[in-house]
Amino acid sequence: MHRTKVRVVEDALDANNTIASANRGDFDRSNVTVVNLMSAPGAGKTTLLESALNGIDEEGTRVGVLEGDVQGSFDADRLSALHIPVVQLNTDNGFGGECHLDANMVRSALPSVPLEDLDVLIVENVGNLVCPAEFRIGEDSRIMVCSVTEGEDKPLKYPLMFRACELVIINKVDLLQHLDFDVDLLEKNVKQVNHDATVMRVSAKTGEGVDEFRQWLKDLPARVAAEAAHDHDHEHGHDHEHGHTHDHDHHEHATA
Amino acid sequence: MHEFDLSNAIVQTVNKHAQGRRVTHVTLRIGRLRQVVLKTLEFYVAIVGKETPCEGATLEIIDVPAVLVCKTCQHEWEIEIPAFICPTCGPGAVEVKTGEEFMVESIEVEDEEEAACTAPR
Repeated sequence: MHRTKVRVVEDALDANNTIASANRGDFDRSNVTVVNLMSAPGAGKTTLLESALNGIDEEGTRVGVLEGDVQGSFDADRLSALHIPVVQLNTDNGFGGECHLDANMVRSALPSVPLEDLDVLIVENVGNLVCPAEFRIGEDSRIMVCSVTEGEDKPLKYPLMFRACELVIINKVDLLQHLDFDVDLLEKNVKQVNHDATVMRVSAKTGEGVDEFRQWLKDLPARVAAEAAHDHDHEHGHDHEHGHTHDHDHHEHATA
Repeated sequence: MHEFDLSNAIVQTVNKHAQGRRVTHVTLRIGRLRQVVLKTLEFYVAIVGKETPCEGATLEIIDVPAVLVCKTCQHEWEIEIPAFICPTCGPGAVEVKTGEEFMVESIEVEDEEEAACTAPR
């Protein structure tokens, strides 16, 4: 036997990213803008969607939700009351499921999603502040929700997640009057790890700030299309050499 | 907590490149910003790799520091804490130069002696 060194130099997440690109191809063909919505458990993702999506189709934006959960369909049941397409995706395969969605899980659910009938598909990820940030699913935009009951230091503890998102929604601001919580400090910490992030303060419960988020969602398809057109021009404008290594991963971050 | 899934990704990548040959050594390049607990990752790679070509392979991890560049003044510095702010220019655009790597750099495999000798150089 002889030992040979094999040069690999490959991002270990390439397999996931390849499937994410295939998802992206399907989304683009159907002209759907896809949002990956992430947060810690209990930050209020589902309540925010209940509040923000209520009646949005009548305003001309057709939104569907792919609901990722370890188990059960509690969230999907809540959202189906809005009469929008909701598809449940469980990561559980018996005992305990995945703590995040990856590109392949999303791909497996796509046949059930009526992509042709949607302008925006929101993928509600499994509640978790670490793993979902690692796995691209073919999304156009990443949003995270954090709530004022979680602590101002969270961006500094979970920079991977906060850096991956272009919009950070601070939820449950109706509770601020009862809490010893410095929301300005939270926002400063968000900006410290992700200067380009847009920050919104909302209360999914009272509806405060929700209109701003709703407008953001409605504007998203046009903005994504404009950015794509700009990138396209840019690529053609500069005929720069791409060494085709796999170390360009970081350019994906924070394109807001 | 993400180390288990990352181990899966590593083992799959390694075995793909091993093409059925037994893997004796794996070199990874992991940036600090990936927030990977290296000891935990090592532990899981050993478990996930069981009964696959990389069972028992030794693991070497190149720990890449987080280095930022300010887009305004081009200052380049290493961070130990997650503060993506230029010390001179303050809040503004900074670029991550290194620290986001999550690569399988190389692997060492057992080859049939003959095949290794006739392989093109």
